[in-house]
Amino acid sequence: MSEQKPLLSGADIFFECLKREGVKHIFGYPGGAVLKVYEKLYDVDYLEHILVRHEQGATHAAEGYAKATGKVGVVLVTSGPGATNTVTGIADAYMDSVPIVVFTGQVPSHLIGNDAFQEADIVGITRPITKHNFLVRDINDLATTIKKAFHIASTGRPGPVLVDIPKDVFGGSAYFHYPETFDLKGYKPKVHGHYNQIKKAAQVLSRAKRPLLYVGGGVIMSGGSDELSLLAKENNLPVTMTLQGLGAFPGTDPQSLGMLGMHGTYYANQAVNNCDVLVSLGARFDDRVTGRTDTFATNAYKIHVDIDPTAIDKNVVVDLPIVGDVKHVIAGIAAEMKNQQDLTEWWDQLNGWKEECPLHFETEDGLLRPEFIIDKISKKTKGEAIIVSDVGQHQMWIAQHYKFTNPRSHLSSGGLGTMGFSVPAAIGAAFAIKDRPIVSISGDGGFQMNIQELITAVAYKLPINFIIINNGFLGMVRQWQELFHAEKYSFTDLSASNPDFCKVGEAFGIPSYCTDKQEEVDEILNKAFDRTDGPSLIEFRVVKEDMVFPMVPSGASISDMIVKRLNPKRMT
Amino acid sequence: MKHTISVLVENHFGAFDRVATMFSGKGFNIHSISIGETEFQELSRMTIVTSGEDKIIEQVVKQLHRLIDTVKVVDLTDQQRVERELALITVNYGKGQRAEIIDLCDIFRGNVVDINPKTLMIEVTGPPDKVDAAVNVLSPFGIVEMARSGRVALRRGDQPKDIKREYSSVV
Repeated sequence: MSEQKPLLSGADIFFECLKREGVKHIFGYPGGAVLKVYEKLYDVDYLEHILVRHEQGATHAAEGYAKATGKVGVVLVTSGPGATNTVTGIADAYMDSVPIVVFTGQVPSHLIGNDAFQEADIVGITRPITKHNFLVRDINDLATTIKKAFHIASTGRPGPVLVDIPKDVFGGSAYFHYPETFDLKGYKPKVHGHYNQIKKAAQVLSRAKRPLLYVGGGVIMSGGSDELSLLAKENNLPVTMTLQGLGAFPGTDPQSLGMLGMHGTYYANQAVNNCDVLVSLGARFDDRVTGRTDTFATNAYKIHVDIDPTAIDKNVVVDLPIVGDVKHVIAGIAAEMKNQQDLTEWWDQLNGWKEECPLHFETEDGLLRPEFIIDKISKKTKGEAIIVSDVGQHQMWIAQHYKFTNPRSHLSSGGLGTMGFSVPAAIGAAFAIKDRPIVSISGDGGFQMNIQELITAVAYKLPINFIIINNGFLGMVRQWQELFHAEKYSFTDLSASNPDFCKVGEAFGIPSYCTDKQEEVDEILNKAFDRTDGPSLIEFRVVKEDMVFPMVPSGASISDMIVKRLNPKRMT
Repeated sequence: MKHTISVLVENHFGAFDRVATMFSGKGFNIHSISIGETEFQELSRMTIVTSGEDKIIEQVVKQLHRLIDTVKVVDLTDQQRVERELALITVNYGKGQRAEIIDLCDIFRGNVVDINPKTLMIEVTGPPDKVDAAVNVLSPFGIVEMARSGRVALRRGDQPKDIKREYSSVV
């Protein structure tokens, strides 16, 4: 009886669990239903709570943290509006398979369903956009539920998990026991791929005359970049990456073909069309990659490695599926590769396409262009920065022109395409990564979508370089309007209604710079990047009407790529 | 083509909703869905009737597997199975029609479970096509109300090889 454990409150149990999960940072915002937690948090010293300015910012920050480190990002918000504000971030994490755990306060159990003040059925709302979610109805289930939540979020195909905790559960008391194991009958992710299939994949790949590795975000998530490099280097295989896969293989390597798909390089898409064996590694044949699926890599024997069985045969039917952790499977394939074909002819063809149509941008006319700026940043940071992009044209230019050398360096909202992602995600990344520059790049539209989080960066003295590529337009929408919607620039012109971004920066206490001249870019970047005790902001006023090319129109075959604009238009 | 899929799910809060939400979110069809207790206290069995091309059905099964609360998913369509459905049908009976309806009810091995001066309630159990047939036959009398349970199904046990053929056609 002497070892009788003390009774702990739900809030105590909550933090004991986080401690055991090794959580160092939580992104949150207090409110009525989580007051008990914040009361306890006041005295907790083993983790840092970061106060954001909007709950959407908290979820994106947790995503940025998770994408940059591979660790689970943690969010804590109150019930009702606090919870509903996290929805976009959760959906984003779901689409891009980002491991985050979102804790939402809930009204007291006896009031659930009563239309109580700040009540929302967040478990119902987030059911289709979480990997799993829980409502904790009994304090005795709290610890086990939290353990399950972290396990589900971080294993298999990662994803967001939401745990809804009523106020009375936080306020109740129970004996704390953190279980070592638990029973999840329906969840046992497969790690190792089937040996015979791995062997067969290696045989097919060895015999290929025109092989191509098509690499997605799964390689980065599984930590398989080294294995990928080994496989590609030892066998002289060309590598093309999806938006989320950028960084899995160095963009500076001659074997990299850059990104494929809608705004991919000409040579990557030519390689897809002409390869005889296509090995998809942790990618999901997304519509932005494949274009028309019935014309996608029609002549290729397709091997698909993915940890999620639902990804296989979903969009494109493949010849050889391998379900398993990509890192393990790549290592397995690499070990089985024998007597590889001579690829000289294939490389001659690939290099020919590279020469025929390299990525190009105009500098001679003296106008400031986004590609020029991104190229400058790429060279200045030697491809080693953490680049957090927003959504739109600049995102594609980053994907094309920033030469990522490391995995977990390109943080971008791919699947959901969430404008307003960059600013908070960069903040999340900045808490995890201290030894590399962190650059948040947004367009003038997206920058305004979570602009309130600038003050979070200031408050925590985060050395983030906030860069705004201001073309005065919702540029990607404008591009589609010009190409496909009769040049009706309907509600995409922000030029007359944008704020003065430098003044905005200054109001937040951020040293801010602005230019529209090529020759000033280096100097301003130097000034901004020199700052280490807090954020800086640069507004680049760029050419208004530039479009992202190459481009495969939506639903077209990737062989129908538009390589460049025939009649450049100037808008005044 | 219609498929009958049997799913064991954990008896968790919202597990049913999770399955239903997945179907609507992915745009899959549900013709019927039934849920009830099983031999395990902590598990329920859902029997879902859905339809679609093979590729869609493959996704349905995979997506069901993917849900954390689902423990086992089996597409019973190509397997030896028993499928049953229950219907309660209330029909009007006019003058002199009562005996005829009860006759029909006997043919379908149904039971009359309620009667008042104007209507009869009939319980019919059987394979879904038999229930369909009973409904068709009763419609001319005027069906006042009807409730159908949706299908429940179980895989048949393995038979010794030599007699399997003989029994396989028995429903």
